[in-house]
Amino acid sequence: MSRLLRTPEGVIGFAILLVLLSAGLLAPILSPGDPLKIAGRALLTPFTDPAFPLGTDRLGRDVLAGLLYGARTSLAVGLAAAFSAMVLGLCVGMAAGFAGGLVDEALMRVVDAFQIVPAFLLALAFVSTIGVSTPIIVIAIALGTWADPARLTRAQVLAIREQDYVASARVIGMHPAEIAFREILPNALPPVLALSATIVAGAILTEAALSFLGLGNPNIATWGSMIAEGRSVLRSASYLSVIPGAALAMTVLGVHLFSEGLGKALGDNGARAA
Amino acid sequence: MRGIFCSLRQLSVTYGRGRNAALDGIDLDIAAGERLAIIGESGSGKSTLARTLGGLLPEGAKVGGEMLWPGLGHPPRPGRDFGFVFQDPGSSLNPVLTIGEQIAEGARHHLGFSWKQAYARAEELLGRVRIPQPDKAMRAFPHQLSGGQRQRVAIAAAIAAKPALLIADEATSALDVVVQAEIVRLLDGLVREDGMTLLFITHDIALASGFVDRIAVFRNARLVEAGSVRSVLSAPKSDYTAALIASHRDLTTPPLIEEVAS
Amino acid sequence: MKRAIILLRRRAISSIPVLLIVVIFTFFLLESASGDAVDAYLGSIGGGDAALRQSLRESYGLDRSMLARLWLYLSSLARLDLGWSVAFGRPVRELITERLPNTLLLMGSATALSFGLGSALGILAGARPGSLRDRLLSMGSLIVYALPSFWLGLVLSIAFSVKLRWFPIAGVETIASGKTGFLRALDIADHLVLPVGALALIYLALFLRVMRSGMAEAWKLDFVLFARAKGLSRSRIVLRHVARNALLPLVTMLGLQSAAMLGGSVVIESVFAIPGFGRLAQEAVNGRDAPLLMGIVVTSAILVISVNFLVDLVYAALDPRIGASEGGA
Repeated sequence: MSRLLRTPEGVIGFAILLVLLSAGLLAPILSPGDPLKIAGRALLTPFTDPAFPLGTDRLGRDVLAGLLYGARTSLAVGLAAAFSAMVLGLCVGMAAGFAGGLVDEALMRVVDAFQIVPAFLLALAFVSTIGVSTPIIVIAIALGTWADPARLTRAQVLAIREQDYVASARVIGMHPAEIAFREILPNALPPVLALSATIVAGAILTEAALSFLGLGNPNIATWGSMIAEGRSVLRSASYLSVIPGAALAMTVLGVHLFSEGLGKALGDNGARAA
Repeated sequence: MRGIFCSLRQLSVTYGRGRNAALDGIDLDIAAGERLAIIGESGSGKSTLARTLGGLLPEGAKVGGEMLWPGLGHPPRPGRDFGFVFQDPGSSLNPVLTIGEQIAEGARHHLGFSWKQAYARAEELLGRVRIPQPDKAMRAFPHQLSGGQRQRVAIAAAIAAKPALLIADEATSALDVVVQAEIVRLLDGLVREDGMTLLFITHDIALASGFVDRIAVFRNARLVEAGSVRSVLSAPKSDYTAALIASHRDLTTPPLIEEVAS
Repeated sequence: MKRAIILLRRRAISSIPVLLIVVIFTFFLLESASGDAVDAYLGSIGGGDAALRQSLRESYGLDRSMLARLWLYLSSLARLDLGWSVAFGRPVRELITERLPNTLLLMGSATALSFGLGSALGILAGARPGSLRDRLLSMGSLIVYALPSFWLGLVLSIAFSVKLRWFPIAGVETIASGKTGFLRALDIADHLVLPVGALALIYLALFLRVMRSGMAEAWKLDFVLFARAKGLSRSRIVLRHVARNALLPLVTMLGLQSAAMLGGSVVIESVFAIPGFGRLAQEAVNGRDAPLLMGIVVTSAILVISVNFLVDLVYAALDPRIGASEGGA
């Protein structure tokens, strides 16, 4: 942890994520009430009215409130989707790597199928067919992204299986399941975990794009829908689209920086251990 | 009496962090046109010496003492004045370029050849290092050759620009025994034909003694002794050298483990 | 050439089960929709009685069992018949072939631009890892890569269409302008500058980072030291040795990103109102048009498979070690 904070990337990334996490968690306190309710005059520009520091939209909704509650959505959906994708990917990858043979082939064809269909298109089709509730959106995004971790996990398992320390474990007579969980899994995890940052960032962007196109949950505030709303007044009140987008960009940047810092911190550790 | 090609005066090298010197106060002269073997075990500083002479030390290495180059009048330029052959032929060559290009590029850069001329020289060199069918080999890639063949290519690439000095840093250590002998013969022939000075770095005293003029023995960053092959082998001045010679094993040496009498 | 044919054969064989899985999965997904295209159509015309609904269902084959319909779909797919779009009232294949060229133009230009510029800048950054130039380019690319593409598109159109009026704000060409040939091409190019720019910028950042990191890794390899020992010029080492090797992971990344780029075109086309393949997907979603959506998913899959195959060919051309074991050294 301290090593992480020594890298500039780690510090900035951590700071950004901390701000976002607090914004999301403290949203009900900082901006009580429903962010989607009409709060004041419409189309107030930012920094003009102290009651509405970031202005209001076409319907008079508070932009700051939307921003804070939107942070919740983005982070929650992003993390949940990434987590599900990772778990699913790990399970399938391990199964394929261990089973080998026909099971491996079949599973890899399925992984191929999910990698070939563009993730966004898949999520689009899924959400539009099933519904726009938040759990469905999480599943839709996870379905588009679990293929990469699965493939990586399988590659790791295959490589580690051939290592000498696994062979010696087998010779000693360790049960295959024990070998899987005590020898192979801990060594397969690190590169897959390194992937998690990209997945979280991607999930956040996909959620935003979905709600931008009108396929988000209409009952909660999301940055994507705010950007979409701002399109109709793009010429006169461009800030309505620019501000939530900037927040999105900051979030993704924070995730990337954090993971780069983490990578550097762990990388040094790995090099020393080697 | 040959002229001095290179003169080392109290040469010392320390790598970035360590306090221990990799080379400590080396005084050594290298005569022009001679074949000098640097013998030592791991950590003796022999590779460091090679890299220092070639200016290939990593960043942060500190060099003390002097290196004089009376033969050249200036520090040697890589490729033009010296060629360097590394231990692992597998990784010395770029996997995505043809071996013809990798030999020719040195000639083109240093000798001012056009690509056509450089490729002609490369093919000629491939013949000199005994690669079969040089014209076909020009378009081959490193992974298509064996270890010994790759090392021949590396040697050809190192001498493409007609340098005066050839440094072979454990050039045979990664090869099979039979191939080692072939490479040594090749090196010997090449330097004789072209009048190059050869620095042959190895841990194998027997291999080196077979063809070089002089031996310099290194141990723990220090030069232990240096002299002609005959004098060092027959009358080693230091115990360490004597031990090195004695520990050389061949088929006439008595076995280490005595068989149990049945 | 021989290596290419071997790769092609292997690819084609493994692609068929994959495509089959895509089709079956999508089919069952769309089956679980609560309403179908007939409902949507009836909804759009203000309702209809049960008899009308039944007759429409029959004519579109929507009243048969699920498996029967799956079989029907698969067999028509084999004949390259993608079905009938209820929302548009036209064959799906016609719609797709009409809209696809616009998307291909958009994506093709964006790919070319981002790959070309991205690798060039990546080489600049990777020539001296850790230098100021490298740090600036790396930080810049990190920031750009974090931007949502649709937001970037909006920002670009605010800046260049609204405020500066340099480029048109939407569409792929001026409607009913009557322009032909070169003038028409210029008009289309004019309209595509911003959307291509938005899409390309993001991927440029990605390719920059991949090339840069590839080069940083390649610098550590032994043959670079050997090249330095040969006294070659710095530019030759950077370009012909380091960058040439770093090109390989970059080409791999290109293949991996092709699916993502196709997905990204959906939102960009929405932002810039370009009548392309991506927009068609959105319209299919709005119209609950299952056959059209199926057709789009299947076509995307085929497109991505083809692009991946092309990328594999390029990779094999760049890396002489590929396929060597089969050809025999």
